[in-house]
Amino acid sequence: MSSRRNRVVSEEEINELISKLQSLLPETRRRGAGRASAAKLLKETCNYIRSLNREVDDLSDRLSALMETVDTNSAEAEIIRSLLRS
Amino acid sequence: MYRRSFKDTKSSLGSPNPNFSKPMVALRFLRALSLVRCSGPGARSPSYRARGIRRAAYACMAASAGPRRAWSRALLRKIRRRPGRGLRRPRAVIRRRRPVGGGDPLEVALRRLVPGGGCMEYCRLLEEAADYVKCLAMQVRLMQTIVDSASHVNSID
Repeated sequence: MSSRRNRVVSEEEINELISKLQSLLPETRRRGAGRASAAKLLKETCNYIRSLNREVDDLSDRLSALMETVDTNSAEAEIIRSLLRS
Repeated sequence: MYRRSFKDTKSSLGSPNPNFSKPMVALRFLRALSLVRCSGPGARSPSYRARGIRRAAYACMAASAGPRRAWSRALLRKIRRRPGRGLRRPRAVIRRRRPVGGGDPLEVALRRLVPGGGCMEYCRLLEEAADYVKCLAMQVRLMQTIVDSASHVNSID
C-alpha cells in the first residue's frame, strides 16, 4: 500500500475499477461465477497481459516470415478488405 | 507533473478516445509495416525484422491511444529511447521516479507489466491496466487478422 496518498480512495471506487477490469478479461479467464476477489483478478490480469505480450511476439515473427514470401501489393488489398469487414 | 484528480479519471473511464478506432489503428500499423518492409528487405534477418514489427505494434498502439493515457506515454518514451544512443538526459530534468513500495506481490507484478505503472496510485493503476488490456487485445486481434489474410493470399498463389 502506498503511504503517500493525498486523497482517500473509497472501497467503492476500487470495486468499480475491479469489476471493469474483470469485464475486460476473456471468458475463459473469468473463472468463478460472480465477483472475483481482487487478488484473483490481479493474478488473472497479469497472466492475461503476459499471454497477450507473447501473442504479439509470435504474430510479429509470423508477419516477418510472411513479408519475405508474400507479394505485398496484392496482399495489402486483401488485408485492408478483411480489416474493413471485421 | 501528470497528477490528475479522481474526477478526471472518472470522466475518462467512459469517454472513448476518438483516435482509437480499429480502422485508425489498422492504417497506422499497416503504414508502419510498409516502413519496416522498405528498410532493407534482403539485408536484414527475419528476427531483426520481427523485432521491428513488434516495436511498431507497440508504438502504433500507444500512438493511437493518445497522450491522455499514462501507459501510452510511458510506452512511447521507452520505444523512442533507443539503446546505444549514449545521450543521457540532462540532470535538470527531474523524473517522477518514486516507485511505490508495494507489499502485495500481485500489485508489484501488475505495476511491472503495465507501462509506466511504477509510480501510480493503486486506483489509477487499475484504470490504466484496464485500458492497456483493452488496447493490447485489439492490437493482437488486428495483427491476427493481417496474418490470416496475408496467409490466405499466400495460399492462393
